[in-house]
Amino acid sequence: MKRQPLLVVEDLRVTFDTPRGRVEAVRGVSFELGREKLGIVGESGSGKSQTGRALLGLIAGNGRIEAKRLSFDGIDLLAADQRTLRSIRGARISMIMQDPKFSLNPVISVGEQIVEAYRVHTKASKREARERALNMLSAVRIRHPEHVFDAYPHEVSGGMGQRIMIAMMMIPEPDIIIADEPTSALDVTVQIQVLAILDDMVKERGTGLLFISHDLNLVASFCDRVLVMYAGRVVETVAARDLRSAKHPYTRGLMNCLPRIEGDGSDLPVLKRDPEWAQ
Amino acid sequence: MSVAPMIEVDGLEVVFGHGSRAFRAVRGISFSVEAGTSFGLVGESGSGKTTVLRAIGGLLPQSAHVSGLMRLAGETLGIERSRAFRRRVQIVFQDPYGSLHPRHTVDQILGEPARVHGLHRVDDRIRRALLEVGLDASFRFRYPHQLSGGQRQRVAVARALIIEPEIVLLDEPTSALDVSVQAEVLNVLGRLRREHGLTYVLVSHNLAVVSHMCDQLAVMQHGMVVETLNVGQMRTDTPEHPYTKQLVRASRGYDRAAVETLEEFEV
Ligand SMILES: Nc1ncnc2c1ncn2[C@@H]1O[C@H](COP(=O)(O)OP(=O)(O)OP(=O)(O)O)[C@@H](O)[C@H]1O
Ligand SMILES: Nc1ncnc2c1ncn2[C@@H]1O[C@H](COP(=O)(O)OP(=O)(O)OP(=O)(O)O)[C@@H](O)[C@H]1O
Ligand SMILES: [Mg+2]
Ligand SMILES: [Mg+2]
Repeated sequence: MKRQPLLVVEDLRVTFDTPRGRVEAVRGVSFELGREKLGIVGESGSGKSQTGRALLGLIAGNGRIEAKRLSFDGIDLLAADQRTLRSIRGARISMIMQDPKFSLNPVISVGEQIVEAYRVHTKASKREARERALNMLSAVRIRHPEHVFDAYPHEVSGGMGQRIMIAMMMIPEPDIIIADEPTSALDVTVQIQVLAILDDMVKERGTGLLFISHDLNLVASFCDRVLVMYAGRVVETVAARDLRSAKHPYTRGLMNCLPRIEGDGSDLPVLKRDPEWAQ
Repeated sequence: MSVAPMIEVDGLEVVFGHGSRAFRAVRGISFSVEAGTSFGLVGESGSGKTTVLRAIGGLLPQSAHVSGLMRLAGETLGIERSRAFRRRVQIVFQDPYGSLHPRHTVDQILGEPARVHGLHRVDDRIRRALLEVGLDASFRFRYPHQLSGGQRQRVAVARALIIEPEIVLLDEPTSALDVSVQAEVLNVLGRLRREHGLTYVLVSHNLAVVSHMCDQLAVMQHGMVVETLNVGQMRTDTPEHPYTKQLVRASRGYDRAAVETLEEFEV
């Protein structure tokens, strides 16, 4: 028998009102997320982040979320009251945001922020929380966790900031992790090590991972399935291992844009968009 | 007589802070870049790549202690950088969102450096710079928030080029961009280098981007260069240092088996 999916999304729409009219950022997206690694790829502005954020209700003030169904572990997220939503956010569904540096408070030390984030969701003592924070920092391969614990956000490199955010989101052991470009600032060896930690959470704890990324090769090798988004829609859903041989001309166009290590350095093909894809 | 390299870095050290909080971010690194070529810097996060670019560009904070030699076309660089230097060397920062003034139009953003350097015919230059990065005149009076990520990054490139530098330091110029826009920006950078004989230093985590753009590269770890190699060696997968081999393997994508074989290299 098939296991109940963790998350069911049906006909999700995100619309923004702007002085220049309505922007339909997400236009009828449907998918289910099980205890798996589901990738979302697509060009900039295609609606990947807004899809992820809508699941937590984190849409800007001028935006509106609509859906036929949005359910998490049997809870109807559209009908849930604020209290229920607050108890889900962060603790049961957490999101690693696209801009780590913007998400950290510049005047509070890194360690204090992780400890506070953890204590919001648990009754852990300060000492316990500190212990876990340090463990988590070394788990995401930060070399001198004590040094980084006391550092302020402007004193850490781009890649460290990203790992600090990942550590912060994983400490409460949520059921679903929405990771928006979580490793774009990491060097590739650290990247695959951090992904291995997420991979373990999926395999060992049954976490559902929604993995948003521009990096098609990474998604192809890391995820189980992939949603390919264009202009607010899913144009194609493929098994990750088949991404490199995808049928849709848009997906193929994206793959062709990639420079290759073995390439000869000549100009890269750029995407030629077809209005048909948006239909 | 041989011509001096465009950039020479010899035993560069950068230390942040003092006393017990002192941190050696760059620990005696050396490399040189020939005029008209493109040099890649890759390596571990926190290994000092951005710090090296900032040291060359003269943009480190007061709290940084810099030693070692840096030369530009044979001329030794001091701590203070002259206006003439600033005209020759430009930096394009990683973040296309944070690096453009949000309340200035593209016209103001491009006009400012031209005026600071006392250039004539600013109007012409703005028009030409936009054209060079493939943006038509309709972009000239827009604000950054009215541009896509790739368009912003092209404006950042145009701002660096408007004063006709010889050297452009590029810090992860495409890591925030999607693959189709990345292809556009890389094509623009490649063409401008060929047409104007520019010298680039390019920092990137993406080895494919570095292979595509560069002639030579240095691999950094813990503030040191562990290997300098030709792009040919990368393409044929024949680096020497075990850390470089790991980088190349890891850049082929996620591979659980590869994760298990990764080694820590202590200093
Ligand atoms: N507050 C807002 N008001 C108006 N439009 C918005 C707002 N926030 C997002 N949008 C628009 O919604 C669309 C989808 O944005 P989204 O952030 O989901 O893109 P994305 O696929 O994550 O792109 P990227 O790869 O660049 O991160 C874009 O066209 C964007 O301009
Ligand atoms: N202003 C500063 N004060 C103190 N330490 C700093 C400062 N700037 C950088 N560092 C430290 O110097 C080291 C090198 O940082 P740098 O930003 O050069 O790394 P990087 O190689 O560019 O990393 P990434 O790939 O993550 O961007 C890091 O350990 C960082 O924490
Ligand atoms: Mg996004
Ligand atoms: Mg950096």
